[in-house]
Formats: sequence, C-alpha cells, structure tokens
Amino acid sequence: MAADPPVTSAPQDPLVCIRGLRFTRGSRVIFDGVDLDIPRGKVTAIMGPSGTGKTTLLRLIGGQLKPMAGSVLVDGQQVAKLGHGELYALRQRMGMLFQSGALLTDLNVFDNVAFPLREHTDLPEAMIRDIVLMKLEAVGLRGGHQLLTNELSGGMARRVALARAIALDPMMVMYDEPFAGQDPISMGVLVKLIRLLNDAMGLTSIVVTHDVPEAMGIADHLYLISDGKVVEQGSPAQLEASSSDWVHQFLHGEPDGPVPFHYPAPDFFDDLMAGEQ
Amino acid sequence: MAGMIRRLGRWGLSFFERLGRGHLFLLEALAGLPSLLSRPGLVVQQLYSVGVLSLLIIVVSGLFVGMVLGLQGYNTLVGFGAEQSLGMLVALTLVREMGPVVTALLFAGRAGSALTAEIGLMKATEQLSGMEMMAVDPMRRVVAPRFLAGFISMPLLAAIFSTVGIYGGYFVGVGLLGVDAGAFWSQIQDKVDLHEDIYNGVIKSLVFGFAVTWIAVFEGYDATPTSEGVSRATTRTVVHGALAVLALNFVLTALMFGEI
Repeated sequence: MAADPPVTSAPQDPLVCIRGLRFTRGSRVIFDGVDLDIPRGKVTAIMGPSGTGKTTLLRLIGGQLKPMAGSVLVDGQQVAKLGHGELYALRQRMGMLFQSGALLTDLNVFDNVAFPLREHTDLPEAMIRDIVLMKLEAVGLRGGHQLLTNELSGGMARRVALARAIALDPMMVMYDEPFAGQDPISMGVLVKLIRLLNDAMGLTSIVVTHDVPEAMGIADHLYLISDGKVVEQGSPAQLEASSSDWVHQFLHGEPDGPVPFHYPAPDFFDDLMAGEQ
Repeated sequence: MAGMIRRLGRWGLSFFERLGRGHLFLLEALAGLPSLLSRPGLVVQQLYSVGVLSLLIIVVSGLFVGMVLGLQGYNTLVGFGAEQSLGMLVALTLVREMGPVVTALLFAGRAGSALTAEIGLMKATEQLSGMEMMAVDPMRRVVAPRFLAGFISMPLLAAIFSTVGIYGGYFVGVGLLGVDAGAFWSQIQDKVDLHEDIYNGVIKSLVFGFAVTWIAVFEGYDATPTSEGVSRATTRTVVHGALAVLALNFVLTALMFGEI
C-alpha cells in the first residue's frame, strides 16, 4: 500500500481548493476565474453541458494540465508547481476513473488491477493476489479476474477500472463521466459503488457528469459549470430550490430556455422571403 | 508570392518545432533507460514482439535476396571467368550494404509500424493518460523498453539476414549453377574483413536501428489520438524511417568506404 501521506493541510480544510482558475485552449476560454472547493470525505458532483471543460478540470486537478492563472491545491500542495517526483507521489494518492476505462489492453483483469501495486510496492505476489481479489470483490468482479479486457462490457470495464483506481487505497477518486453510455443496471451498480466505496474507504470522490438524476442521487455537494464559470453550487436540495432559470432548465432537461433551442439566426420570415427575392 | 513565403515560413516553423519535440522526446526516452536495469523483463517482452516476431520476414527476405544476388552475380562474373568469386560478391554485398539496409527497411515496415500503432492506440484509448494518473511514467514504462528493444534487435536481425542471404547465394551458386563449394567459402573467408566489413555493417545496423526505433516511438507518442491520426503516424513511420535509412546509409558508406 502507499505510504502514509505527509500531512500538508488540516483535516477540516477542503481536499481540493481551486481559486481564480483560468484555462484556455487557443482563443477559447474554458475556465475564467473559477473558485471551487472539494470537501473531504464527501461525494462532490461537477455538472454542466457537454464541452464545458469538466474533464479538463479533472486533468487540472491531476496535474496533467497547468492553469494559465489561479491555483489548484490538492491536500495543501499547489499541483502546478510540483516537480515530477512530487507530482507522481501525489498521484499515488489519487485514483482516476476514465470515461473509456483506460484499461491496459495487453493485460487481463487481474493484471490490470495488480498493475499499480506491482509498479509502486514491493509486496509479495501472494499478497498482491489477495489485495486484487479483495478489490475485485468490492466491485463484484472477482469471478472475472481472468477475463481479457476485450471480453468485458462497458460497465464491467469501468468496474475493473474502479477496482484499479482504489488498488492503492487513495485519498480521493475522480470519476470522469462514469455513467455515460451505461444501461440502467450498470448505471445502478456504478451509482451504488461510488457511494459505497466513498463511505466504506473514507474517500473523497469527485464525479464529473451530466447525468442529473444519478448525480443528484449520490452527491453531497454539486457544482454547475457553464461558460467557464460556476453557475450554481450547493446540496441537491439547494440546487432544486435554485431561482436560476438556467439551473432549472439544466436540471429538468428542458429543450428551450436560457439556453435557446435555436441557434442565433435572422428572422425566420425574412430569411424565407430573402430566398424568394 | 507573399502567400507562398508565408506558407514556407509556416512549414519551416512547424518542421523545426516538430524536430525539437522529437529531440526532447529522445532525451526523455534515453533518461528512462537506466530504470530498465532493475526491470529487464520489460525489455525481454519487447525483444520478443519487436525482434522475434520480425524473424520470419527477415529470414524469408534474406533468403530470396541472397538467391537473387547469387543468380545475378553469377551471370555477371561468368562473363569474366570469375564465377569462383561469387561467394565474396554475395557476402560483401550483404554484409556491407544489403543486410543492414534491407533489414532496416523491413524493420521499419514490420516492427516500426507496429510500435507506432501500438503506442498511438494506447494514447487514443487513454492508456498513457491512465498510466500518468497512476503515477507510472509512460516514457519509462512504455517508450524506453521499446526503444532499447528496437536498438538491440536491429543488428541481430541484420546479422541473421546476411547469414541467410549468404546461404541463399550458396544454394543458387553452388547448388544450381555449379560453382565450386570450396571456392565459394574460401573467397568469403579470404576477402571479408572483420573490421572493415563486419564491424562497419554492425555499426550501420545499430545506427539504422536507433533512427527507425526513434522515429517509430516518437510518431506513436506524438500521434493525434484518433484513428485517422494513428493511421497517418504509422504511414509517417514507414516513409520517414525508410528515407532516414537510405540517407544515413549514404553518409555512413561515404565515411566508411568512400573517398569523399
């Protein structure tokens, strides 16, 4: 298992603290002055329309991207300023579930879950086997430990990736669109697992999603992001009670509202008449 | 005119930017090599997929190239009554030129393209990102073992190519066309020099192995993470790899054997 982490911030402080975050891709502004706190031991959902940079936010937290301005602190450490060794030491205390699962396709299920243990520990193979089987048992796939990755369904692949993400008993797990493209049963399993693992292992979970019912069902705290800013935040009940029309439209999936159904265009009648002329 | 200069400038900037990226990538890959000392298994695994799996194409090609050399060499030499020198001609052609060059071209096509496609697909399916987030450096875990395996495999494959080629030439010259077997082997023993021919051939194949493997792993790592991007990167590996081998071969030949 990973060694006990150095205490770099007080237990009551948020595990992730983002201040004045600015990030751009070319001329496109992804985040513009975002402030965000991820409390310890809770499930925090980050929601927003497609393309708002939710996955980018996870990559900024994980140090795969650097912000143009502002700070991203994880457990008191400013991620963008960490050296290679310090960043990799911090990442050993993070788990990330990619949307695709990102399983190593040349390894079977067992070896995928064992991968971080073999890379970062000197544990004997017998102990690695026990840990891997325990993690797979937690996600309900102990029986499938010899399956190849191409024999897994989408939901099973994500559960294996989840077992791998928790292999080193991290302090936090980031989930990138865990429910996307899942059938109702797989989605129910994943919803249950995220909540259960968070509570049983004392994790901090960050779930990036645009699946409203699932996020509202498991999250303790939610952030709604749009156009590079935090539009609303709070508990599921607080978001439901929000007076913002945009929040209402997003949460209830209404086709028209502050986000219009029609792309901006000249008057329809004038447009048709212009063709006649 | 201004547009053409602008395009040329843009092309030049992008070329040098990519060249710089390639060199930085190489430095990172080389920096990852010492970590392999404690994990030789990673290199052995890659030696199998890069080297052993290339054996069939190398052996078959070597045999046919040697047979053609035997046939063409005999037809030329017999006009001068010098067909007994066939062994020397086949061996020197293979050891100095054909062995390293053809092996490197085949290596770029078989192993190089496979390396690019594998690493490119790992990137496209977020496996490299996943490794980074598991605090495993893909440069050390994925790139460095493949780079070293390619570098080691090339001279071995070139040696096998040349050996099989000589036997191909022997089969045609001695077996089918009646050249004296003793003359065939004694000419090789007499005229092929360890330093000038064998060592230079080995140096060539080491340089080609370095260049082709570098291009292959860089193209995979730098590929646009889409199916089209991986496909383009794979094509670039074969084209750039082949061009690099041919250009380097001229430079090395001029340095080793030429009077330039």
